[in-house]
Amino acid sequence: MKISLVEYDAGNLPSVERALARQHIVCERVATPEAVRGADALILPGVGHFGQLMRTLAARHLVVPLTEVIARGTPLLGICLGLQALFAGSAEAPGDPGLNLFAGQVAALPATAKLPHMGWNQLERRRASVLLEGVSAGAYFYFAHSYAALDNGDIGDSAVAKCDHGAPFVAVLERANVLAVQFHPEKSAEAGARVLQNFVAYAAATQAQPKSGA
Amino acid sequence: MTLARRIIPCLDTDGERVVKGVQFVNLRDAGDPAALAARYNREGADELVVLDIGASRDHRPTFLETIRRVAAELAIPLTAGGGVATVDEGRAILRAGADKLTVNTAALRRPALLTELAAEFGSQAVVLAIDAKRVGDRWEAFVRGGRDSADCDAVAWACEGASRGAGEILLTSMDRDGTRSGFDIALTAAIAGSVSVPVIASGGADQPSDFLDVFVEGRADAALAASIFHDAIQGLSELKRYLGRHGVPVRLAEA
Repeated sequence: MKISLVEYDAGNLPSVERALARQHIVCERVATPEAVRGADALILPGVGHFGQLMRTLAARHLVVPLTEVIARGTPLLGICLGLQALFAGSAEAPGDPGLNLFAGQVAALPATAKLPHMGWNQLERRRASVLLEGVSAGAYFYFAHSYAALDNGDIGDSAVAKCDHGAPFVAVLERANVLAVQFHPEKSAEAGARVLQNFVAYAAATQAQPKSGA
Repeated sequence: MTLARRIIPCLDTDGERVVKGVQFVNLRDAGDPAALAARYNREGADELVVLDIGASRDHRPTFLETIRRVAAELAIPLTAGGGVATVDEGRAILRAGADKLTVNTAALRRPALLTELAAEFGSQAVVLAIDAKRVGDRWEAFVRGGRDSADCDAVAWACEGASRGAGEILLTSMDRDGTRSGFDIALTAAIAGSVSVPVIASGGADQPSDFLDVFVEGRADAALAASIFHDAIQGLSELKRYLGRHGVPVRLAEA
């Protein structure tokens, strides 16, 4: 099985590649609709601006293939902006629709706290998590963001862990094959490495099972 | 659930080597950047900063190679800079493997550079480095590696920099740099209390109590040091355990 990283000219893609390579996980970059449709498992990395991400995905005709393969059950890991892109939209770019896998809008963190939310923070777990399996309860993860999916209840059971910086927000999101983290696992030392390993193990286990209708 | 205060070792590089000076002069060799990076990554550094203090055009390819070699050793964030004056130079540093870049002299000469960098890479990737020195009743920002005063109030410049798009301030006290006489608490508190972005305090670190002071009284979000870590005068994990015992939230190595 190969992990495919969605390439959109921005962000932390090389860092994610290095983090996977350190664990001897094979990955490739994908930038075309055909490559996205052929992927076993996808990572949507992200640093930067919501509007720029969504416009680049649209310009490369990747929005429809991404939503199709996700609907078909292909495992997806969204990282940072890649988590935010799963929502309907963001206050960072009001005119640019997101992938709309989750209803609701990404919002700015409140200015009562220092922004960006930059550094290592802990999580509050809500329920058992695929990505956090084996990660100690007090583990720290590296965050660098000013926008977030605020934890206002609409995300429900999919919000498996939250964090707080001026307001509670979703730190780990899991719904069937759609997994996402607001922090940067590729920059989060051993705890982050474990999250990436957990995603790869989940993707491998999913692939081993016959897909319905395939 | 609290944002941890960060401990950040800094590698000042000139050519292929890490160097260290006192108050920005008298440079001496302090080792190989990739080897030091690997050590700090292992010992629990929260982040690493690499600065090209020569920052001459001739050395730029060497510096980019240093960033690549350092990034390959790290599972923590990397900030790099030195002489960045354009968006393209910033891009080269980020593409080489840095997560954030620092700007200093060029931003003071043309503050719009901060806005351009933030628009291109996001504020979280733009660190405004300020070299500040006490002059009369204020702190002045200095440029060109501390050689010239910009005739500019450092606190006002930090505020302007943050409003123009810098996502973090790397604040170095030139009076304390390399002296091992403690961080400049008054300077750090003045800036940390004035800006809405995180502040990294730098210059003068020696004892664990210096770090405690700069976090508690100086209100720093992160503290940076070089020689005390390079020379193993201060161990990273024992420093963090000390801070933890004194009530500062820090990320300790996984149990």
